[in-house]
Amino acid sequence: MKNSIVSYCNIKNNQVFLNGEKIFHDEEASEFLEFIKKAYKHFELDYPKFYKMDSLCKLAMVGGSVLLNQLDEVDSEMALVFSNKSSCIDIDRIHQASISENEGYASPANFVYTLPNIALGEISIKYKLRSENSFFIFEDFNPSFLVDYTTSLINLNKAEQVLCGWIEVFENEYNAFLFIAKEAEGLTLNKENLLKLI
Amino acid sequence: MEELKKEIKEKLIEALNLEDMSVEDINDSDMLFEEGLGLDSIDALELIIILDKDYGIKLTDSKDGKKIFQSIETMAQYISEHRTK
Repeated sequence: MKNSIVSYCNIKNNQVFLNGEKIFHDEEASEFLEFIKKAYKHFELDYPKFYKMDSLCKLAMVGGSVLLNQLDEVDSEMALVFSNKSSCIDIDRIHQASISENEGYASPANFVYTLPNIALGEISIKYKLRSENSFFIFEDFNPSFLVDYTTSLINLNKAEQVLCGWIEVFENEYNAFLFIAKEAEGLTLNKENLLKLI
Repeated sequence: MEELKKEIKEKLIEALNLEDMSVEDINDSDMLFEEGLGLDSIDALELIIILDKDYGIKLTDSKDGKKIFQSIETMAQYISEHRTK
Protein backbone atom coordinates (compact mmCIF):
# COMPACT_ATOMS: atom_id res chain seq x y z
CA MET A 1 0.00 0.00 0.00
CA LYS A 2 1.22 3.54 -0.68
CA ASN A 3 2.04 6.22 1.86
CA SER A 4 -0.61 8.93 2.09
CA ILE A 5 -1.38 12.24 3.69
CA VAL A 6 -4.33 11.29 5.88
CA SER A 7 -4.96 14.70 7.45
CA TYR A 8 -3.37 18.12 7.49
CA CYS A 9 -3.59 21.45 9.28
CA ASN A 10 -2.69 24.96 8.14
CA ILE A 11 -2.32 27.97 10.39
CA LYS A 12 -1.76 31.34 8.75
CA ASN A 13 -3.33 34.79 8.43
CA ASN A 14 -5.22 34.48 11.72
CA GLN A 15 -6.92 31.30 10.53
CA VAL A 16 -6.73 27.60 11.34
CA PHE A 17 -7.70 24.98 8.76
CA LEU A 18 -8.16 21.26 9.18
CA ASN A 19 -8.11 19.25 5.97
CA GLY A 20 -8.76 22.44 4.03
CA GLU A 21 -11.77 23.47 6.08
CA LYS A 22 -11.57 26.63 8.15
CA ILE A 23 -12.16 25.70 11.79
CA PHE A 24 -11.11 28.92 13.51
CA HIS A 25 -10.42 32.49 12.59
CA ASP A 26 -9.96 35.72 14.46
CA GLU A 27 -10.00 39.01 12.64
CA GLU A 28 -9.25 41.16 15.66
CA ALA A 29 -5.88 39.83 16.77
CA SER A 30 -3.18 42.13 15.46
CA GLU A 31 -0.25 40.11 16.77
CA PHE A 32 0.68 36.47 16.53
CA LEU A 33 0.72 35.87 20.28
CA GLU A 34 -2.76 37.32 20.66
CA PHE A 35 -4.09 35.16 17.84
CA ILE A 36 -2.49 31.93 18.99
CA LYS A 37 -3.75 32.41 22.55
CA LYS A 38 -7.28 32.80 21.21
CA ALA A 39 -6.84 29.66 19.13
CA TYR A 40 -5.54 27.77 22.19
CA LYS A 41 -8.63 28.80 24.14
CA HIS A 42 -10.98 28.10 21.26
CA PHE A 43 -9.72 24.53 20.93
CA GLU A 44 -9.79 24.08 24.72
CA LEU A 45 -6.34 22.56 24.69
CA ASP A 46 -6.09 22.73 28.48
CA TYR A 47 -2.33 22.69 28.86
CA PRO A 48 -1.38 25.55 31.23
CA LYS A 49 2.28 25.23 30.30
CA PHE A 50 1.23 26.70 26.96
CA TYR A 51 1.46 30.21 28.42
CA LYS A 52 5.13 29.77 29.21
CA MET A 53 6.06 28.56 25.75
CA ASP A 54 7.77 30.60 23.09
CA SER A 55 6.00 31.43 19.81
CA LEU A 56 7.42 28.43 17.96
CA CYS A 57 6.21 25.97 20.60
CA LYS A 58 2.80 27.63 20.78
CA LEU A 59 2.36 27.36 17.03
CA ALA A 60 3.53 23.73 17.03
CA MET A 61 1.32 22.88 19.99
CA VAL A 62 -1.84 24.30 18.44
CA GLY A 63 -1.12 22.77 15.01
CA GLY A 64 -0.13 19.41 16.43
CA SER A 65 -3.10 19.33 18.81
CA VAL A 66 -5.59 20.13 16.06
CA LEU A 67 -4.38 17.05 14.20
CA LEU A 68 -3.87 14.73 17.16
CA ASN A 69 -7.10 15.60 19.00
CA GLN A 70 -9.21 14.39 16.10
CA LEU A 71 -7.75 10.87 16.40
CA ASP A 72 -9.52 8.20 18.43
CA GLU A 73 -6.18 7.17 19.80
CA VAL A 74 -2.72 8.69 19.44
CA ASP A 75 -0.05 6.16 18.52
CA SER A 76 2.76 6.65 21.05
CA GLU A 77 5.21 5.58 18.35
CA MET A 78 4.13 8.32 15.95
CA ALA A 79 7.28 10.03 14.71
CA LEU A 80 7.63 13.81 14.54
CA VAL A 81 9.48 15.49 11.69
CA PHE A 82 9.30 19.27 11.67
CA SER A 83 11.12 21.89 9.68
CA ASN A 84 11.34 25.64 9.32
CA LYS A 85 13.51 28.51 8.20
CA SER A 86 14.08 30.65 11.27
CA SER A 87 14.85 27.88 13.74
CA CYS A 88 14.20 29.48 17.16
CA ILE A 89 15.79 32.84 16.40
CA ASP A 90 12.59 34.56 17.54
CA ILE A 91 13.03 33.50 21.18
CA ASP A 92 16.83 33.69 20.95
CA ARG A 93 16.54 37.42 20.27
CA ILE A 94 14.15 37.85 23.17
CA HIS A 95 16.52 35.87 25.36
CA GLN A 96 19.47 38.00 24.29
CA ALA A 97 17.50 41.18 24.94
CA SER A 98 16.41 39.97 28.37
CA ILE A 99 20.05 39.47 29.35
CA SER A 100 21.09 42.87 28.02
CA GLU A 101 18.19 44.76 29.55
CA ASN A 102 18.04 42.88 32.79
CA GLU A 103 21.35 43.66 34.42
CA GLY A 104 22.87 40.49 33.01
CA TYR A 105 20.19 38.17 34.38
CA ALA A 106 19.11 35.54 31.89
CA SER A 107 15.51 34.41 32.17
CA PRO A 108 15.37 30.64 32.76
CA ALA A 109 11.84 30.59 31.34
CA ASN A 110 13.11 32.02 28.06
CA PHE A 111 16.24 29.92 28.04
CA VAL A 112 14.45 26.57 28.08
CA TYR A 113 12.94 27.36 24.68
CA THR A 114 16.15 28.29 22.90
CA LEU A 115 16.19 25.14 20.78
CA PRO A 116 13.74 24.40 17.95
CA ASN A 117 13.28 20.77 18.92
CA ILE A 118 11.77 21.82 22.25
CA ALA A 119 8.58 22.23 20.21
CA LEU A 120 8.72 18.51 19.44
CA GLY A 121 9.37 17.73 23.08
CA GLU A 122 6.35 19.69 24.22
CA ILE A 123 4.08 17.78 21.85
CA SER A 124 5.67 14.49 22.91
CA ILE A 125 5.06 15.30 26.58
CA LYS A 126 1.45 16.35 26.04
CA TYR A 127 0.57 13.30 23.93
CA LYS A 128 2.91 10.82 25.63
CA LEU A 129 4.84 10.07 22.46
CA ARG A 130 7.99 7.99 22.74
CA SER A 131 9.13 8.17 19.19
CA GLU A 132 11.63 9.36 16.64
CA ASN A 133 11.69 13.11 16.32
CA SER A 134 13.74 15.54 14.27
CA PHE A 135 13.64 19.24 13.48
CA PHE A 136 15.32 20.40 10.28
CA ILE A 137 16.22 23.92 9.21
CA PHE A 138 15.91 24.83 5.53
CA GLU A 139 16.04 28.05 3.56
CA ASP A 140 12.52 27.31 2.29
CA PHE A 141 9.81 24.68 2.60
CA ASN A 142 11.45 21.50 1.35
CA PRO A 143 8.74 18.99 0.36
CA SER A 144 11.14 16.56 -1.34
CA PHE A 145 13.13 16.13 1.84
CA LEU A 146 10.01 15.69 3.99
CA VAL A 147 8.64 13.06 1.62
CA ASP A 148 11.93 11.16 1.52
CA TYR A 149 12.48 11.28 5.26
CA THR A 150 8.90 10.34 6.14
CA THR A 151 8.80 7.56 3.56
CA SER A 152 12.04 6.19 4.91
CA LEU A 153 10.72 6.16 8.50
CA ILE A 154 7.58 4.30 7.45
CA ASN A 155 9.22 1.90 5.00
CA LEU A 156 11.97 0.98 7.46
CA ASN A 157 9.34 0.34 10.15
CA LYS A 158 10.72 3.08 12.38
CA ALA A 159 7.19 4.45 12.65
CA GLU A 160 3.78 3.58 11.31
CA GLN A 161 2.68 7.20 11.30
CA VAL A 162 4.53 10.49 11.04
CA LEU A 163 3.40 13.94 12.12
CA CYS A 164 5.35 16.10 9.76
CA GLY A 165 5.60 19.55 8.26
CA TRP A 166 6.66 23.19 8.31
CA ILE A 167 6.34 25.37 11.36
CA GLU A 168 7.75 28.82 10.78
CA VAL A 169 7.44 31.84 13.03
CA PHE A 170 9.42 35.02 13.32
CA GLU A 171 7.88 37.90 15.26
CA ASN A 172 4.43 38.35 13.70
CA GLU A 173 5.12 36.39 10.53
CA TYR A 174 4.02 32.77 10.82
CA ASN A 175 2.95 29.83 8.73
CA ALA A 176 2.30 26.29 9.90
CA PHE A 177 1.55 23.32 7.72
CA LEU A 178 1.47 19.99 9.51
CA PHE A 179 0.21 16.67 8.24
CA ILE A 180 -0.05 13.06 9.30
CA ALA A 181 1.35 10.52 6.88
CA LYS A 182 0.98 6.76 7.00
CA GLU A 183 0.46 3.71 4.84
CA ALA A 184 -3.13 4.09 3.72
CA GLU A 185 -5.41 4.86 0.84
CA GLY A 186 -5.80 8.56 0.20
CA LEU A 187 -3.87 11.56 -1.04
CA THR A 188 -0.44 10.30 -2.09
CA LEU A 189 2.50 11.54 -0.06
CA ASN A 190 4.55 13.31 -2.69
CA LYS A 191 6.17 16.66 -3.36
CA GLU A 192 3.42 17.92 -5.65
CA ASN A 193 0.66 17.31 -3.14
CA LEU A 194 2.59 18.93 -0.30
CA LEU A 195 3.16 22.01 -2.44
CA LYS A 196 -0.56 22.19 -3.14
CA LEU A 197 -1.52 21.90 0.51
CA ILE A 198 0.88 24.32 2.18
CA MET B 1 3.87 43.50 54.63
CA GLU B 2 0.55 43.51 52.72
CA GLU B 3 2.07 45.82 50.13
CA LEU B 4 5.07 43.52 49.75
CA LYS B 5 2.84 40.45 49.30
CA LYS B 6 0.93 42.23 46.55
CA GLU B 7 4.18 43.25 44.89
CA ILE B 8 5.48 39.65 44.96
CA LYS B 9 2.25 38.37 43.45
CA GLU B 10 2.50 40.91 40.63
CA LYS B 11 6.10 39.92 39.94
CA LEU B 12 5.17 36.22 39.92
CA ILE B 13 2.34 36.73 37.48
CA GLU B 14 4.56 38.70 35.14
CA ALA B 15 7.75 36.62 35.36
CA LEU B 16 6.01 33.24 35.26
CA ASN B 17 3.44 34.10 32.60
CA LEU B 18 0.56 33.13 34.86
CA GLU B 19 -1.99 34.13 32.26
CA ASP B 20 -5.56 34.68 33.34
CA MET B 21 -4.46 34.95 36.94
CA SER B 22 -4.76 38.12 38.99
CA VAL B 23 -3.35 39.16 42.35
CA GLU B 24 -6.74 38.36 43.90
CA ASP B 25 -6.55 34.76 42.66
CA ILE B 26 -3.45 33.99 44.72
CA ASN B 27 -3.98 33.53 48.44
CA ASP B 28 -1.11 34.39 50.75
CA SER B 29 -1.01 30.83 52.08
CA ASP B 30 -1.42 28.98 48.74
CA MET B 31 1.29 26.42 48.06
CA LEU B 32 3.38 27.73 45.17
CA PHE B 33 4.53 24.32 43.94
CA GLU B 34 2.84 20.98 43.38
CA GLU B 35 -0.83 21.06 44.22
CA GLY B 36 -0.92 24.82 44.75
CA LEU B 37 -0.06 27.11 41.85
CA GLY B 38 1.67 24.19 40.14
CA LEU B 39 4.99 25.93 39.61
CA ASP B 40 7.90 23.84 38.32
CA SER B 41 11.68 23.80 38.63
CA ILE B 42 12.15 26.44 35.93
CA ASP B 43 9.77 28.69 37.82
CA ALA B 44 11.89 28.14 40.92
CA LEU B 45 14.87 29.54 39.03
CA GLU B 46 12.79 32.58 38.10
CA LEU B 47 11.92 33.08 41.77
CA ILE B 48 15.60 32.92 42.71
CA ILE B 49 16.32 35.60 40.11
CA ILE B 50 13.52 37.79 41.45
CA LEU B 51 14.98 37.55 44.95
CA ASP B 52 18.44 38.46 43.69
CA LYS B 53 17.58 41.15 41.17
CA ASP B 54 14.75 42.91 42.94
CA TYR B 55 15.59 42.40 46.60
CA GLY B 56 19.35 41.82 46.64
CA ILE B 57 19.02 38.36 48.21
CA LYS B 58 21.34 35.64 46.95
CA LEU B 59 20.29 32.09 47.74
CA THR B 60 23.23 29.72 47.97
CA ASP B 61 21.58 26.69 49.56
CA SER B 62 18.77 25.02 47.60
CA LYS B 63 17.29 23.75 50.88
CA ASP B 64 16.54 27.35 51.83
CA GLY B 65 14.51 27.75 48.65
CA LYS B 66 12.19 24.94 49.64
CA LYS B 67 11.20 26.77 52.84
CA ILE B 68 11.18 30.27 51.39
CA PHE B 69 9.10 29.41 48.34
CA GLN B 70 6.35 27.55 50.18
CA SER B 71 3.88 30.40 49.79
CA ILE B 72 3.59 34.13 49.24
CA GLU B 73 3.51 34.47 53.02
CA THR B 74 6.86 32.70 53.52
CA MET B 75 8.42 34.60 50.63
CA ALA B 76 7.30 37.95 51.97
CA GLN B 77 8.52 37.10 55.45
CA TYR B 78 11.95 36.08 54.19
CA ILE B 79 12.27 39.07 51.88
CA SER B 80 11.32 41.57 54.57
CA GLU B 81 13.95 40.09 56.90
CA HIS B 82 16.79 39.74 54.39
CA ARG B 83 16.34 42.32 51.65
CA THR B 84 19.26 44.61 50.88
CA LYS B 85 17.36 46.74 48.40
